[in-house]
Amino acid sequence: MLAYILRRLLYAIPILIGVNLLTFTLFFVVNTPDDMARLQLGAKHVTPEAIDRWKVEHGYDKPLMLNAAATGSAQFTDTIFFKHSAAMFVFEFGKGDDGRNIGNEIRTRMGPSLAIALPVFVIGLLVNVSFALLMVFFRATYLDLWGVVLCVVLMSISGLFYIIAGQYFIAKLWNLLPISGFAGGIDGIRFILLPVLVGVVAGIGSGSRWYRTIFLEEIGKDYVRTARAKGLSEGRVLFRHVLKNGMIPILTGAVVVLPLLFMGSLITESFFGIPGLGSYTIDAIQAQDFAVVRAMVFLGSFLYIVGLILTDISYSWVDPRVRLQ
Amino acid sequence: MNSIQPVILWTDALIFALLLAVLVLVWLIRRQEHLLAPWRVVAQRPMAMGAALVLGAFVVIGLLDSLHYRAQLTDSPADAPQYSVEVLSVFDALTSELRSRQEKTYSAPLAMQLYAKEFVERDGATVRDYPRLQYGGAHLQRADERLSDITRRTLVGATQGGLASLLLFGLLAGWQVRRTRLAVGAWLAAWRQGSLNWPGRTVVLMVALLLMLGGALAQLASGYHVFGTDKVGQDVLYISLKSIRTGLVIGTLTTLVTLPLAIGFGITAGYFRGWVDDIIQYLYTVLNSIPGVLLIAAAVLIVQVYIESNPDIFDTAAARADIRLLALCLIMGVTSWTGLARLLRGESLKLRTLDYVEAARAFGVSNVRIISRHIFPNLFHLVLIAIVLDFSGLVLAEAVLSYIGVGVDPAMYSWGNMINGARLELAREPVVWWQLGAAFAFMFTLVLAANLFADGVRDAFDPRLGGRR
Repeated sequence: MLAYILRRLLYAIPILIGVNLLTFTLFFVVNTPDDMARLQLGAKHVTPEAIDRWKVEHGYDKPLMLNAAATGSAQFTDTIFFKHSAAMFVFEFGKGDDGRNIGNEIRTRMGPSLAIALPVFVIGLLVNVSFALLMVFFRATYLDLWGVVLCVVLMSISGLFYIIAGQYFIAKLWNLLPISGFAGGIDGIRFILLPVLVGVVAGIGSGSRWYRTIFLEEIGKDYVRTARAKGLSEGRVLFRHVLKNGMIPILTGAVVVLPLLFMGSLITESFFGIPGLGSYTIDAIQAQDFAVVRAMVFLGSFLYIVGLILTDISYSWVDPRVRLQ
Repeated sequence: MNSIQPVILWTDALIFALLLAVLVLVWLIRRQEHLLAPWRVVAQRPMAMGAALVLGAFVVIGLLDSLHYRAQLTDSPADAPQYSVEVLSVFDALTSELRSRQEKTYSAPLAMQLYAKEFVERDGATVRDYPRLQYGGAHLQRADERLSDITRRTLVGATQGGLASLLLFGLLAGWQVRRTRLAVGAWLAAWRQGSLNWPGRTVVLMVALLLMLGGALAQLASGYHVFGTDKVGQDVLYISLKSIRTGLVIGTLTTLVTLPLAIGFGITAGYFRGWVDDIIQYLYTVLNSIPGVLLIAAAVLIVQVYIESNPDIFDTAAARADIRLLALCLIMGVTSWTGLARLLRGESLKLRTLDYVEAARAFGVSNVRIISRHIFPNLFHLVLIAIVLDFSGLVLAEAVLSYIGVGVDPAMYSWGNMINGARLELAREPVVWWQLGAAFAFMFTLVLAANLFADGVRDAFDPRLGGRR
């Protein structure tokens, strides 16, 4: 088991290198530091001197891959690639355009992101599974049919509208909860409630429809027929047999997104003014702060790979038939 | 009549190429019974057919909006014509009234007055009041005529639509009676009972509904702003209708980029295995591990830099917006082929061990031929399901990306831009809700229709679901 995890971790390294090279190509080769400077400075202030000054300020005044002017190992280390891309492997992200250390920002912003994303994930899972089970229990009746239609209708509404409607009706019209904002501690709960509610409702459509198909696939299997033949009640069959086995693909599918919860949700956070990583990323995209976008790309892929490894481990954990080699 | 200069934007060319490809595919499928069979199943589902009709209406508007031209400037000589820099489409020409009747600023749906008070001259004195709109309800004398006029127009439009659908129904019945050789009464009875081999009632009702809705909208739009006007006084109905093309382009052209990548990489990985498989798996794990929105954002920022530093390549604003739309499709396609590729890889891994593939290999059939004759046709249903399922997701993604600021050009008509421009209007007092409402209604209709149609297609094509329903 330990050897397997170790090998998976080693396998992750080339993938991270690939991600790193890809982002390096996108951000520095296709789009040169000169272009970035021009974009940042705006049309009025573009002079060669201003561009050079901008590059020096941001540390982009070095050669891309190979510094011919330096000697020894500095030929490779005193380059943009080493300073800005390779450094990310030790989570050294440097500074954003606002001069703040990106690593520090990430650490302080992870908490608020998680405060929204984790409840949405857990409550959403519970609600979706319950709704799916309800539809499966009443399968092939009008209740099931209209349940599915409702799911499709809910799926067809853009996530933006859930947020806008939630903010407008619950916060502005009925004054039940604050429209946006964030606070730490117990006091913060009233700020969290609305984004969590919106997040859960927005996910019901696709989530419960997907779980319904999983449960339906399970319910057609032989062991379920055996259980019924034993004389078990339909409820017992559903909860003891179908639910337990159906949860295997559901939980393992959920594990892969678990680490990504740290990243938060872009749209939700920016609408609700939550100082998390999602709104950080959006602000960076809108301000065209390439250093932050690059750091978030790396962080996101790192967390995704962690999720993949966790998925493999959880497979063998919940399903004894799967052996890791 | 002024002459015009046709303009073929990149996305126009691709859309019509796609249309041609679909027509060729339809022609091919019609000749092969085994390919036609699942489509017959789709055609028997009322929900899928109703959705298909709605989609069809959207597609017609989108196609009309894809025939672009530049009109001749009125004061330029006939022998050396000069053309306007404004790129219009056939759809614009058909709805020129909507496009040109611009008010000063916000006005509510079907209103005859502006939404903000201004100083107006009345009976010699200057008072602060809601001024009348320049076009919306301008034919009315008094404010209390408005309601009856709206009702009258709605009824007239709906009646016209109803009459048109009756005419269509008559033609359809005549054609069907000739084809099926039933008596007219017998066919009508079969239609009413729903015992035809296609969902006749749903189709006829849906067509009637669409025509009546269209008729009512057209009647109302000739005298009012049906969905109100936006901040600069433009008709919101017109903006929403123009946005249809953007949504359709993103939903279809992105898939056009995805397909070759997904099919090519997926099948070669699964069929050849070994180091080819390793490389392709590595490639898609890397792409997959990068958060999709961020990759799209990064690529769009880069395209933006390119367009801004090479302004001389694009002669009109429409061409510039169009190339950005195309780039967005390209980027979304490049980032989203991984899911389908993984699916196809898994299936081809299974297929390559089947007896008929082994037999083909034993006969010395080349790999290319095995893939094209034996592997690909057996994967086609997966590809088709993926196309229809992805469509609605892409339309929704456009809105989110435009909100973040990495979507289509801000000057382009799109539902994402409408939402983005309108989301702060809810904070106004009194609330300006109609832009959001219109974007919501149009987007919801398109996505819902696409989802329902996709469900029908999936149920008909997916062999795993075959026995369940």
